[in-house]
Amino acid sequence: MSGDLLEVAGLTGGYGPVQVLRGLDFGVAKGEVVVILGANGAGKTTTLRALCGMIAAKGTVVFRGSSALGRRPDQLVKVGMAHVPQGRGTITDLTVEENLRLGAFTRRDGEIGDDMDQWYEVFPRLAERRDQAAGSMSGGEQQMLAIARALMARPELVLLDEPSLGLAPIVTQELFERLGQINRDTGTAMLVVEQNANLALDIAARGYVLEAGKIVTSGSADELKGDEAVRKAYLGY
Amino acid sequence: MELFFDRLVVGLEQGAVYASVALALVLIYRTTSVVNFAQGELALFSTFVTWQLFEWGLPVGLAIVVSMALSFVGGAAIERAIIRPVGDASKNPLAIVIVTIGLLLALNALVKWIWGPEGRTFPKIFSANTIEIGGVSISYQALGILAVLAVELVLLYLLFQKTKLGLAVRSVASNNESSSLVGIPVGRMLMFGWGLAAAVGALAGALYASQLAVLDTTIFFQLLVYAFAAATLGGFDSPVGAVVGGLIVGVVTVMAGGYIGWLGEDLKLLAAFLVILVVLLVRPQGLFGKKQVERV
Amino acid sequence: MSAATESRRPALPRDRRSLVVRIVVTIVVGAILLYIPQYFPRFRIEGQFNVIITYAIAALGLNLLTGFNGQISVGHGAFFGVGAYTTAILVADHDWSYPATFVAGAVLTFVLGLLVGLPALRIRGLYLALVTLALATVFPLIITRFSDVTGGTQGKRVPRVRAPEWSGLQDDQWKYYVLLGFAVVAFVLVRNLVRSRVGRSLIAIRDNETAAEVLGVNLSLYKVVTFGVSAMLAGVAGCLSVLNEPFVNAEKYNINLSITLLVAVVVGGAATILGPAFGAFFVVFLPEWLPKSQPELSPVLFGGALILLMIVAPGGFLGLMRQLTGWAKRRLRPPSSDPPTSGTEEALASA
Repeated sequence: MSGDLLEVAGLTGGYGPVQVLRGLDFGVAKGEVVVILGANGAGKTTTLRALCGMIAAKGTVVFRGSSALGRRPDQLVKVGMAHVPQGRGTITDLTVEENLRLGAFTRRDGEIGDDMDQWYEVFPRLAERRDQAAGSMSGGEQQMLAIARALMARPELVLLDEPSLGLAPIVTQELFERLGQINRDTGTAMLVVEQNANLALDIAARGYVLEAGKIVTSGSADELKGDEAVRKAYLGY
Repeated sequence: MELFFDRLVVGLEQGAVYASVALALVLIYRTTSVVNFAQGELALFSTFVTWQLFEWGLPVGLAIVVSMALSFVGGAAIERAIIRPVGDASKNPLAIVIVTIGLLLALNALVKWIWGPEGRTFPKIFSANTIEIGGVSISYQALGILAVLAVELVLLYLLFQKTKLGLAVRSVASNNESSSLVGIPVGRMLMFGWGLAAAVGALAGALYASQLAVLDTTIFFQLLVYAFAAATLGGFDSPVGAVVGGLIVGVVTVMAGGYIGWLGEDLKLLAAFLVILVVLLVRPQGLFGKKQVERV
Repeated sequence: MSAATESRRPALPRDRRSLVVRIVVTIVVGAILLYIPQYFPRFRIEGQFNVIITYAIAALGLNLLTGFNGQISVGHGAFFGVGAYTTAILVADHDWSYPATFVAGAVLTFVLGLLVGLPALRIRGLYLALVTLALATVFPLIITRFSDVTGGTQGKRVPRVRAPEWSGLQDDQWKYYVLLGFAVVAFVLVRNLVRSRVGRSLIAIRDNETAAEVLGVNLSLYKVVTFGVSAMLAGVAGCLSVLNEPFVNAEKYNINLSITLLVAVVVGGAATILGPAFGAFFVVFLPEWLPKSQPELSPVLFGGALILLMIVAPGGFLGLMRQLTGWAKRRLRPPSSDPPTSGTEEALASA
């Protein structure tokens, strides 16, 4: 489908003999924010895990013109696909600064320090806590750290797995505002998986609705907001 | 009193070697959560390689360095070929215990097969002279071994705290999956951890054999038990703890062997066993270790 | 759901058939076990088959602890040694009869097992392996230290056991049947124990201590008593080993014995009833089968085989057999059976 950055067709995958994904087709264009909506157990997390090589998957996944299937997560980071997993995945034993430095692990250029300063500016809370262990921060702060760390790799595409999970509504709102701002400023494409459809659709250009491992609806963010079924199931009005 | 200081020096000298092997144990435990029962026999194999290189005419220092490099490659290969296929150590501890015990048996037998069962004289690395400091005579060997340990510790500190590679290894030690998502090749880091441990063990083995002036296939198992005591005392996840623990275990066992006539030289190992037992009962995380969070 | 019940109905006669197979196999194996001492020469009986039986009993005890309860011991050779020395000292120096020393050895090792089991409550997983390994390393040193009682490295000779006249058996044959009798009783007892509520509690503790505790299992009691029973079985095996070979010395009960017993457990199949018996057979006979041209090479191969086994078949011999029969059954299953049903069954089993 429409996606010159990421192109997915017939994606299947799951855990052992249990197939969760039953043939997904979707795509992400350069600089675009795309959201995948779905209830618990629809296969949202599994989709992201299949994309970035954490679980075995079949089908076609073309990222920046070459196949991404069968590659390890660290290899995909190298070609520009970063993943902020559910539960954030910060290295809790290391400091904030060390986490950010790890984000640039795949880079060899001399601008790592500049990037770090840039993200400290966007997320001032991280600058305040740069020498603190990541595990000692609040959930919202860790989510910011995880996002900043992913951006340190200078990715073309960031996969975000339920960034709002476990956060207070006000923190979630701030988080999505930042994500929208980052997308506008840097042109980094994002594939966001969310239950919190309202905020996600605000920053997204397009969206898909996932049910029981299949995409049942797709369209622009405005179309989805106007869709009766989507409104009832995910927007709550 | 003079006897006390003599024993203190001997204890520190022996403890430095225990500390070195304990460091190797900690490196592996931190990166792969494996308690490596084969660490002693890995050092045995490396030390025989060192001895062989020396016999072929290399100066002893160079022989040790070359052997450390070879051990690094061997350790990394063992991780890739033997340890990783077994899977997560915390999920199946029995399998990993058996695999490292299998490695222990195989390495010990391999040394006997290649070099024969008889003992060898091992060259002295340091001069046999002593130096008088404040009325206590200290051997150059004791000073040398302690100096080597200090240098080793500083280098490891710099590696882990000041380099990108060290940071990546620490990240992997903390969380495999997240590290992979950041772009770290986790497998290569695990191999690096095992390789580094094998190299550290090779150095420790050479110091040990030089200290005893002999090298044979039976002595490294006891070394492993002392190193276990050291790592347990210091905390299995703390390199500094391993060193402090090693020195304490060295001093405690020498003092116990010297002052408790009932124990004597032969039963020194009993003191090490008691150290392990008491530490695990009173402070399971050791002196410097982090408190383990119960996995459910 | 209805498909599942339908496919299960024709399985009933198959159950009956497997019962018949079981009875036949038991009779055949029993006959072979009884015939062994008639067929093999004395050195094979005393040097191998009797050793296998004692190892099997000790490994049975160790399996209860390590396989079923998840407490890894690399030190059961020490309990085996305590049993052996109890019998040797009481028979040789205090004129006890062998059977009486078995009781003494059992009680002593049970109590010792409880004592070691108490600290084990606070020490788990790999750390327990480490402590027990250290214990096994220290044991021969203690024996050597008290050499006036134990005979130390020189060892101690014990009066031999003679076959009673009425039996008409050679000494080695008589000892074999006595050992076999002990082993059968031990295996039946452990089998019944494991299949009872107690056994299920042991397994529950191994798999998830917290959950087991929530279900009302008394963790401390179960773990300590399991350690005691496990040590007792190893101790009795040690007593019996002196019956077979009336000589003890410090080196016989070193760390290698502990490792051998643990290897017997995992090679046979941890947490299986008969696994220790297969494992004991394996550890005694494998050195025989390895190439004799290079005797130094065989321990290298032994260690290598152990590593390979843990990678290829972590369930040991019996685990491998189960995998193979399961695979064969699935292959041979008539095509009428409903594939989605079997798929979910597999999914549930692997979950």
